[in-house]
Amino acid sequence: MSATTLAPAGFDRARAARWLQEYGVYVAVVALLLFNVFFTANFLTLGNFRTQLVQAAPVCIVALGMALVIGTEGVDLSVGAVMALAASFIPLYLGAGPIPAILIALVVGLVAGTFNGFLVAHLGIQPIVATLALLVGGRGLALVIAEGQLVQLHDKTFLELGDGDLAGIPISVWIAGLLSVVMALLVGRTTFGRRLVAIGGNRTASGLAGLPVKSVLVGVYAICGLLAAVAGVLATARLGASDPADIGLLMELSAITAVVVGGTALTGGRVRIVGTVFGVILMQLVRATLIKHNLPDSTAQMVQAAIIIIAVYVARERSTR
Amino acid sequence: MTAVITDPPDTTASTTRRELMTGVLQRQGAAIALVLVVAVAWFSFPRFGSLDNLRDLALQSSFLAVIALGMTFVIITGGIDLSVGSVYALGGVLAAYGSQYGFLVALALPLAVCGLIGFVNGVLVARTKMAPFIVTLASLLFARGLLLAITDEGSNTYRVPADSAFIELGRGTIGGFGYPVFIAAVLCVIGGIVLRRTRFGQSVFATGGAEQSALLMGLPVARTKITVYTMSGVLSGLAGALTAAYLQSGVTVIGVGTELDAISVVVIGGTLLTGGAGTVLGTVIGVGLRNVIQNIINQIGTLDSNYQSVVSGAFLLVVVILQRSLARTKPRR
Amino acid sequence: MRALDGVSFTVRPGEVHALVGENGAGKSTLIKVLTGVHRPDSGEVRLRGEVVSFDRPVRAQEAGISTIYQEVNLVPLISVAANVFLGREPRTRFGLVDWARMNRDAKELLSGYGIETDVKRPLGTLSVGAQQMVALVRAVSTDADVVIMDEPTSSLEPREVETLFSVVERLHEKGIAVVYVSHRMDELYRICDQVTVLRDGKMVHTGPLNDLSRIELVAMMLGRSVSDIREHGATAFGEDHNAGKEPLLSAENLSSGVRLNDVSLSIRPGEVVGLAGLLGSGRTETARAIVGALPLDGGTVLVGGKALKAGDVGAAMRAGINMLAEDRKAEGIIPNLSVRENIVLAALPQLSRFGVISREKQDRIVDTFVKRLRIKVSNPDQLVSELSGGNQQKVLLARWLCTKPKVLLLDEPTRGIDVGAKAEVQALIDELAQEGLAVLLISSEMEELLDGADRLVVLKDGAVVGELSGDDLTQDKVLAAIAGEAP
Repeated sequence: MSATTLAPAGFDRARAARWLQEYGVYVAVVALLLFNVFFTANFLTLGNFRTQLVQAAPVCIVALGMALVIGTEGVDLSVGAVMALAASFIPLYLGAGPIPAILIALVVGLVAGTFNGFLVAHLGIQPIVATLALLVGGRGLALVIAEGQLVQLHDKTFLELGDGDLAGIPISVWIAGLLSVVMALLVGRTTFGRRLVAIGGNRTASGLAGLPVKSVLVGVYAICGLLAAVAGVLATARLGASDPADIGLLMELSAITAVVVGGTALTGGRVRIVGTVFGVILMQLVRATLIKHNLPDSTAQMVQAAIIIIAVYVARERSTR
Repeated sequence: MTAVITDPPDTTASTTRRELMTGVLQRQGAAIALVLVVAVAWFSFPRFGSLDNLRDLALQSSFLAVIALGMTFVIITGGIDLSVGSVYALGGVLAAYGSQYGFLVALALPLAVCGLIGFVNGVLVARTKMAPFIVTLASLLFARGLLLAITDEGSNTYRVPADSAFIELGRGTIGGFGYPVFIAAVLCVIGGIVLRRTRFGQSVFATGGAEQSALLMGLPVARTKITVYTMSGVLSGLAGALTAAYLQSGVTVIGVGTELDAISVVVIGGTLLTGGAGTVLGTVIGVGLRNVIQNIINQIGTLDSNYQSVVSGAFLLVVVILQRSLARTKPRR
Repeated sequence: MRALDGVSFTVRPGEVHALVGENGAGKSTLIKVLTGVHRPDSGEVRLRGEVVSFDRPVRAQEAGISTIYQEVNLVPLISVAANVFLGREPRTRFGLVDWARMNRDAKELLSGYGIETDVKRPLGTLSVGAQQMVALVRAVSTDADVVIMDEPTSSLEPREVETLFSVVERLHEKGIAVVYVSHRMDELYRICDQVTVLRDGKMVHTGPLNDLSRIELVAMMLGRSVSDIREHGATAFGEDHNAGKEPLLSAENLSSGVRLNDVSLSIRPGEVVGLAGLLGSGRTETARAIVGALPLDGGTVLVGGKALKAGDVGAAMRAGINMLAEDRKAEGIIPNLSVRENIVLAALPQLSRFGVISREKQDRIVDTFVKRLRIKVSNPDQLVSELSGGNQQKVLLARWLCTKPKVLLLDEPTRGIDVGAKAEVQALIDELAQEGLAVLLISSEMEELLDGADRLVVLKDGAVVGELSGDDLTQDKVLAAIAGEAP
């Protein structure tokens, strides 16, 4: 092998890292799909895709909100707890019908997110610290509200959200898809979205350019809370029970992973919605592949840990360039 | 010499008093709360003051205290270690597994493996400049995965042989108080001395308080960070080993959310979550406060035990807001 | 361009040596070379006659070169004593830190320099001046032979400045060499023996300070000779403008800590008012105070006779005041966004309906300004960080112009951009004023101020010391005002 093939012109570490961060997630998804097509039995079945997508939907919805927060150079550790909190309210109001119950759950998420945003934007508390309090207390509060119980739900319309189909595609997948499109438009085409990205890129300059930095930040965390509540509702409907003890456990980790693997650096200034969706798909595929090949959950977790570190490391190369 | 610099003259009396109040609340708040809570509990629940209950309280506190001790150092350097819960559980399983090969293996195995995980955390944080929370979230996952791998996906619970001397470490008592209580106490005393009375301790404070300045002053910032994460790993592993000795088995499901407990007690104890200030004594008080409240909730009986984390969360919030307003009253650098 | 070009610099024991020069003169680079932050491409550093080479700042400290910076580089949360001895704490027989001795030694050391304070207090609770003193004492107590002070008085109260001087006096008596960087003429002439002037990375003068008059020194720093007044035409500015009668913007009695002291000025529509003064004289602070980006202790800003809400950049913008910040990179461009987005950032609300941005309107505006300002981009979606400094500056100007402002505050609009772009920007400023904008022009370049401004307000140490217009707009008079000599 000649030296030129080893080191093509202009090749350097930083560029490779940049390329990897930009397109790595797509390449990985395609590669993993191809691998599964050839080496995994029963992979190319409708039922399998269905299962994978339904499992990925709540993570995807939370990850969308997380992507916005990370775009502002923040992080929201409380998303799992907010899911639980939202879920705990559902059985209380389901008697009044599914719509009020869902609305209440969403309002809970919105309030929780706004609260986080207030701490970050107005009190100037570091995002990781501000959202930690809700991570610690949120799930406990949810359990107190639910009196520590798993509550079985019987409202047919509500449960339809979890296992119903629309045009042959599960409702939760529709919702996740729709929200992804909405978020992509929000980030790409609205004043709010562009301001968000500008604030993440250079907060001082944005303030001097007269942008309403605080309101945008509050809005971002509020949206993140709202999306976590949506995920909480869907996960509850799918389970057929409100289970504040377990719902959304370690969701913050999955969501951050998806965002980071999708090529967004933790240093802010960029929101990649498509990348994030593919990040969710990639992590779902990794897990599915390992399980289908009889590799235990333990291996899946360790592989996931390695992927996170690699993704963050690659993103770091870019941000320190 | 004519010119003399004394206290800052520009702060008005009211802001100074406010600063003082916030400062006292921030530093001594946990201690005051602990005294109040203990007093209330003592008079309201006759069983609270019983020796049995106190022994139990002390023992329960000792495991968390050991973990929180390591966390205190990490947080003072401006970092965070989210992996301690998983590492704690892993330490327990490794100790139980090792106990079939004797006392030394039962102790050395968890300390070595957990210390190694902490060391890797430290290297990644210090050398590659990755955010501590993401690095340690990954190792939370890794340690949990490793635990599942060695326990046959959690279905195999290693038991400590009944005749093992290792059990004594967890169940032995002096004056009715378990060995773990004394071990935790000794470690906290040593930890306090290391933090307050060694150059390493000063460099821990400087690293968290002003990393750039610390570098300019020639302090070993990277080495300090690696050391504190390694310590955190070792101490979590030790807490796991003590728990395994006490429970006589390596329970696989413990430690979920323990990192949050540890962070809460450290911060409630007055350590700045943004780094640069904190005390071991504060952390011990924080542990006491948490467990006394837990004890009271249990004593009431009708109260949901989940109130504990709500109380912790609320405490955390108040403390963090206090810390922030304290930082704001300081002159800007 | 080289940051430092063939500069030789010598300082002797017991000497207080002033190092002066405007922005970009190479002072900070020189200091960084001396303290081991940077390494020279060629040349060497000799300490006590021996060639030394430092790979890290610590090595320079160990060798006896200590530095105190403009910003206090200590740890605010730990005690004063701990800061003084950080990394070299006295220890007991058991290897533990000896706090009693450390506190005692620190107290002794500090009072030796006339500083009486509770050494157990966290450093951060001291005033910035006192913190600076602690930094100084720490620097001196490491057995330094050379102490470099980089604008040590910029954040000090007058009283604290006196203390600092007495410390410098003490160092002088002990035979320690001091390199003193400052822009305050009074200070330099009070404590320094020697002076070295840098300009554009070159050494333009070195010698005893008292051989130079203040005005000669200022002229040297700014690259002018007193008798040589160049002809008009060095810049792209045109003639004077036809200004309106009533002031459009007036700032009244702006004060902020030690940085601004009772600054008042007004600008009429169609007028370019220049702010002159040395680095650190309060020029940038004045602009920031006007747009609400600097917290004020007192003073008001009026636009068209109406008072602005203090400390609210958004309100200032809505009133039509925009500021082009001095530090393009930190306070101007959003590096991760495209040229298009950087241009429309401040005008987004006008370009959108119900929060959705109209691509069409956006394109039109971007197109207009790219053409008008001749911004060189391959396409508007290019990242702004890939542009040259001059083009970045034009992008920022476009950002403000598309909000249709009434007042523009330009802080060093032509710094760090190439000659062609500079002329274009200057011509543009002229054009804007003719269109009726009120412009505040901050510049370190004498020509730019003399040619560009209709009126000059001269600042010194955060206060207005003079105002020149018409026939008084001459270099000699400006220099005299800056140097603090009666014209």
